Amino acid sequence: MAGESVISVRHLKTYFYTEKRCNKAVNDVSFEIRKGKCLCVVGESGCGKSVTASSIMQLLPRLSRIEEGEIIYHTHDKGDVVLSDLGKNSKEMRAYRGKNIAMIFQDPMTALNPVFKVGNQIAENIRQHDKCSKAEARKRTLELLKQMGIPEPERRIDQYPHEYSGGMRQRAMIALAMSCSPDVLLADEPTTALDVTIQAQIFELMTKLKEENDTAILLITHDMGVVCEMADDVLVMYMGNVVESGTAREVLKNPKHPYTRALLASILVLGKGKDQNIQPIRGMTPNPYNRPPGCQFEPRCDFACEACRERMPDEEVIEGTTHMIRCCNWREACKNDGE
Amino acid sequence: MENKEVLLTVKNLETHFPVKGSKKVVRAVDGVDLTVYRGETLGLVGESGCGKTTLGKSILQLVKPTGGEVFYYFPDGPKDLRKMKNRELDAARKNMQIVFQDPQSSLNPSFTIYGAMSDPLKKFGLKTKEERRKHVGDLLEEVNMHRDYMDRYPSEFSGGQRQRIGIARALSVDPELVVCDEAVSALDVSIQAQVLNLLNRLKQERNLTYIFISHNLSVIEYISDRIAVMYLGKIVELADADDLYRDELHPYTKALFSAIPVADIDYHKERILLEGDVPSPMNIPSGCRFHTRCQYCIEKCKTEDPEMKSYMIRGKEHQVACHRSDEFVEAALAKDQAAAPERPENPIAKAAREAEEAGEKAE
Amino acid sequence: MKQLTRAEKHLYRKFDKIREREESGANAKRKKSSRAVAKFFSNRLAIVGLVIFSVIFLACVFAPLITKYQAETVDLRNILKAPSGIHWFGTDKVGRDVFSRVLYGGRYSILIASLGALGGAVIGVLLGSYAGYKGGWFDKVFMRIGEALTSFPTMILNLLFVTIMGRSMRNLIIIFTITGWVGIFRLARATMLSIREEEYVQALHAFGLNDAIICFKHMLPNALAPIIVNITINMASMILEEAALSFLGLGVPMQIPTWGNILNASQDMYTLEKAWWMWAPVGTTITLFVMSINFIGDGIRDMTDTSVQG
Repeated sequence: MAGESVISVRHLKTYFYTEKRCNKAVNDVSFEIRKGKCLCVVGESGCGKSVTASSIMQLLPRLSRIEEGEIIYHTHDKGDVVLSDLGKNSKEMRAYRGKNIAMIFQDPMTALNPVFKVGNQIAENIRQHDKCSKAEARKRTLELLKQMGIPEPERRIDQYPHEYSGGMRQRAMIALAMSCSPDVLLADEPTTALDVTIQAQIFELMTKLKEENDTAILLITHDMGVVCEMADDVLVMYMGNVVESGTAREVLKNPKHPYTRALLASILVLGKGKDQNIQPIRGMTPNPYNRPPGCQFEPRCDFACEACRERMPDEEVIEGTTHMIRCCNWREACKNDGE
Repeated sequence: MENKEVLLTVKNLETHFPVKGSKKVVRAVDGVDLTVYRGETLGLVGESGCGKTTLGKSILQLVKPTGGEVFYYFPDGPKDLRKMKNRELDAARKNMQIVFQDPQSSLNPSFTIYGAMSDPLKKFGLKTKEERRKHVGDLLEEVNMHRDYMDRYPSEFSGGQRQRIGIARALSVDPELVVCDEAVSALDVSIQAQVLNLLNRLKQERNLTYIFISHNLSVIEYISDRIAVMYLGKIVELADADDLYRDELHPYTKALFSAIPVADIDYHKERILLEGDVPSPMNIPSGCRFHTRCQYCIEKCKTEDPEMKSYMIRGKEHQVACHRSDEFVEAALAKDQAAAPERPENPIAKAAREAEEAGEKAE
Repeated sequence: MKQLTRAEKHLYRKFDKIREREESGANAKRKKSSRAVAKFFSNRLAIVGLVIFSVIFLACVFAPLITKYQAETVDLRNILKAPSGIHWFGTDKVGRDVFSRVLYGGRYSILIASLGALGGAVIGVLLGSYAGYKGGWFDKVFMRIGEALTSFPTMILNLLFVTIMGRSMRNLIIIFTITGWVGIFRLARATMLSIREEEYVQALHAFGLNDAIICFKHMLPNALAPIIVNITINMASMILEEAALSFLGLGVPMQIPTWGNILNASQDMYTLEKAWWMWAPVGTTITLFVMSINFIGDGIRDMTDTSVQG
């Protein structure tokens, strides 16, 4: 397998709490983010994909915690660091955050501070992590804005976020994230709020960063089109579990898990016109406070059996590949596939 | 194809909004011509801020247009909705309804499903409570929901269910035309399929006409018979759904199609990256409004706003507003001929097509 | 192992308990009680407010059962008696029992304040919701009137109207209505402005329903929650206004024992220094009552606020 992993997540469990209830938002998730590769996490709303990313950054809300599992960051100079053992707001965590691991968010308007100039926000991050002079930081900021394809960077550097358009704000956000050339970029639905023509620009930029800087990218999305476009590796999540993972080709060309198959059968493909036969997944996603005891997909699954009802099936890796499926009946689900 | 019956024509429709504290106006809809035929689904696609939602609401007079005409073909002849008296218009609203985008805000949280639907039904002739309850129950069953749900509150339903209730509400007065404003955009993909299939079924059963507004081209392509592409308040291209995908003529349509990530890993298309952002509808560029981002821009584009031109491609009408559309049409036809040897064309159809093309060029 | 701060440790202990319960399946079976009521009762001050309010309110309503003295009965043999077992709050300068005066006075004060607040609320809600819904000249006219009214201090306005209209209970209620509607009007208008953009309102427009049905039947119920909070606060301030006006001798006629009139009797230095029972009990009652209404208002706000997690 090409590309060493930069971040390994092992059996991560992150739960959310309210006054009386506990929501198992992420329940036993394992994956690797590889250097210079893009890992796409795909799933419907509420499947825990965003929580996974914020767990890595330890940017979780107060009423939540990482229950079990570890998040390991493989540094190039200090060996392995277990991020999940660092305090939420500890000095070490803050040092990694923004420098080695950076994150971009869905809504660039709320992620940039409206009362500071864009240039200053980026320069501040540079100065926070690499002790350097103000002039030096400004020079690097200018360079970054230019790299991100922001027109007239000399003028834009001294503007406020509201003077930027949506696409440009997201570029500024990426510039901020890339300011300390991080090893890992976590992107949480970075283009959902943007138009498709702008989305294309942003993805072009992210692909360039991946190829030129060898940055590892974790891209969270609900759009299968984006996955097909961007992913090297894919992680399909449903109700807090990874149900299927592997390289993009393995998962998207030969989906094995009933959920992935149903999901792919329910989406429209541009260019196939009116003759597509799209099949909605029956039923609806369960209430997170009232989850099925076993496999989360069991109530909606056509291949469910008694065992599924009792416990979540174990991870099963197809021999000789990286293709992982968490389903006890996937062979039956796929038996009509012409191989 | 000419036996299609017209349901609605829109002529030079304009909806401008004043901007507080400035003399400028937002030209949300800026001169739209459109014909909707009975029984078809017209897809309206464009990026955010292009005015597609405003156009939909202007047609229904939910937003008052500032200029132009909207003729609706009533049984007793066409009438301009803009010139109708309020009372007349209120009565006419029975014929046209709307399905909204946001399942959270489209249902009144303080009313049960029946409670919210009862008043419109009373207005349109169902006088007794029993009649109304039966009608609402039937509607709910028509959208695949249990009829007892009519006594529940919106908070008890999921997004997909709410959207189906929204559809039932629109159908409650038995309209002819339904405007679907981003009707599936807020839903998860697995639920989208459910709602789209429902809309298709209802259209067949009730012989409805849809104006389907969305920014999602895949959805538009699936559901529409004809597609209109909007950019900054104007329609730039209009064609049959299959033809539009095959021969995009307008440079904007090309870029839009190429920008969409396709859910097929083996699919690779050359991407046309547009420069910059959509200009603000407060400051629409002079000439062709797309010229600031267009790679085919010539001098003429910067000064002159192109008119909508109509072409016949493969016997079907294809309208486009671009100064260089002649070139693009030729390229599209050439592509056709290049592909021709694989599938020989029926000689009679070919002769007809050539005659038509000759006629086109002569014009 | 992970280092935790003290606050985190405390929080995590709670988490452990919740998780344990969740895993044993106990939470899933829990019966759903009304979220709104639960929220109100999770606000301790609101409960305190509710208790104080009920005690004072009920005592005033059932005054004849609690005290055997009449509020107006003069007893010249027992003037200026300090509090005792016979006269719980003592007696005033003409020998009237202060305790029974506070109770009977409360009846009038609460009546005036609640009718005033109610009148203001009705006018404010009707005008405000229609103005917010409809906009245009109607909105402009009433906004200007409201601005004109609020540009004077309320007290000055009250004094002005009292001198024009004369002192009586009915006039006072009318005056409070006139000066009290503006706040509710503004609030109702603002709330309706935001509700107007909701899609269900547009759906009603698409059916061509008439304005009154859309505005008052379908939209207003969704605007009521913040308005009710405001009405309670309005009522509290009217209790104070009544007291202040009567204290100045410009409120209700002196023979009616309102809380303000009771205070009015203790304007002179002698009473302030030597006969504390003539003003302290009634002052305390006013303070407690106004405070309790405000607490209840807070509780109602929590109840209707969806952003607060229950």
